[in-house]
Amino acid sequence: MICMIEMKGVYKTYPNGVTALNGIDVHIDQGEFVYVVGPSGAGKSTFTKLMFREEKATKGTVNVNNFNLTTIKEKKVPFLRRNVGVVYQDFRLLPRLTVYENVAFALEVIEESPNQIRRRVMDVLDQVRLKNKARFIPDELSGGEQQRVSIARAIVNRPRLLIADEPTGNLDPDTSWEIMHILEEINAKGTTVLMATHSQEIVNTIRKRVIAIEDGQIVRDEARGEYGYEI
Amino acid sequence: MKFKTLGRHAREGTKSVWRNGWMTISAVGAVTTTLLLVGVFLALMLNLNEIAGNIEDDVEVKVLVELTADEQQVSELENNLGDLPAVGELTYSSKEEELDELVDSLGDQGKAFELFEQSNPLNDAFIIKPDNPVDAVQIAEEAEAMDQVDEVDFGEEIVQRLFQFNEYARYIGLGLIVGLVFTAIFLISNTIKITIIARKKEIGIMKLVGATNAFIRWPFFVEGLILGVLGSIIPIAAVMSGYYYLYYNLQDRIQFDFIQLLPFNPFAFQLAGLILVIGAFIGVWGSVMSVRKFLKV
Repeated sequence: MICMIEMKGVYKTYPNGVTALNGIDVHIDQGEFVYVVGPSGAGKSTFTKLMFREEKATKGTVNVNNFNLTTIKEKKVPFLRRNVGVVYQDFRLLPRLTVYENVAFALEVIEESPNQIRRRVMDVLDQVRLKNKARFIPDELSGGEQQRVSIARAIVNRPRLLIADEPTGNLDPDTSWEIMHILEEINAKGTTVLMATHSQEIVNTIRKRVIAIEDGQIVRDEARGEYGYEI
Repeated sequence: MKFKTLGRHAREGTKSVWRNGWMTISAVGAVTTTLLLVGVFLALMLNLNEIAGNIEDDVEVKVLVELTADEQQVSELENNLGDLPAVGELTYSSKEEELDELVDSLGDQGKAFELFEQSNPLNDAFIIKPDNPVDAVQIAEEAEAMDQVDEVDFGEEIVQRLFQFNEYARYIGLGLIVGLVFTAIFLISNTIKITIIARKKEIGIMKLVGATNAFIRWPFFVEGLILGVLGSIIPIAAVMSGYYYLYYNLQDRIQFDFIQLLPFNPFAFQLAGLILVIGAFIGVWGSVMSVRKFLKV
């Protein structure tokens, strides 16, 4: 198996003194689907942010897709991010751009050719079943549709790793399942998926590897885990 | 960077110039004011430099020979003057030549002096051009000590006062220009900061999907450039038309022939180019300053 993510002895203390991660060791292979669970404030978000260098580890080493994030130069960070797609709970779409433009934006900023952009954007919009809404602006879409746009944007440049930080957090159960199916499809095509979530139902139904984080430490790591963590 | 990406950056930069409305106007206004003053000072300073240079070239020492001196004494004096080390050119001008020159230089009024042709009251003179204008004082002192010298004359006071004035003007002008340029840079960087804050979300997404810092920076760079160039339009027009008026209308009324303004063409065009470059520099520098802070991850 090819290694996608490897963390060794990772600590993260914020400048205000809060310690978010307290000695993390983890290994995730390419093609895995991993849930990250844990109470609010346990360090889930920090954990995911380390993987696309939104945050830097205070101590320890972080390797993602053959980039050593502890030593990576500022200039190389954009190239790391082109291999990592990120989906947020609040979608983070640009409100004035259409669905098509929002997705195309991710390719424009990495200077893809217009032909390539057109083909790729229509492909991923098809994949998230939004081809017929390409000309809509985000406000005209439902929450689930907006999240699908943000997923389309995250995968449009074919990243090897997709990080989703509570992607179903703002969505009703039916819509959440829709999103989960799309994430599963993406995973089936070979993309590693790392998903932080609070949804017990999802974790216990679509059974995957579960990493539970509490007080900045991994307290449980099971191949076909369940949701629960001790409070 | 690919060429068509440049088009995108130009579009984005132009767009936010429009979008910022009043902030754009205030930044452009600041640049305009700055460049107007810079332009006027530059025109003034460069002309003063030119005038001072002309005068320097014209510096000559006139040694008036005693009226009683005979021919031998005059040629003795000529030898003595010629031996002075700092002397470049030494010419003899008889009192008849001196009178002709006086009459010529006064034009119509000079006709009155033609009456003196029979009993010329002027001295014979030696005119000395120093190798280096600075040595004029020394030559004058040494010549004054010689026999058969009535008087030594050179435009000492005017020359020195002009040099001094020129120097003050230069320092004051430079100080003002530097201060104004910094103010303008600060205002532009504030305007661009507002653009950046307005587009913070967009920039965040750009970084998220792997845009390089250079890519993010370019539109702001373009915006700054546009602000700077827009700000230089009015000053260029004002300075050029002002100089045109000055050069073609006032030049004739200024009597002294040592005041020669720099010719409109090419000087006004060079000045316009300089103003444009300074404007562009202010704009770009202002934008670079404000973007740098925001791009840190």
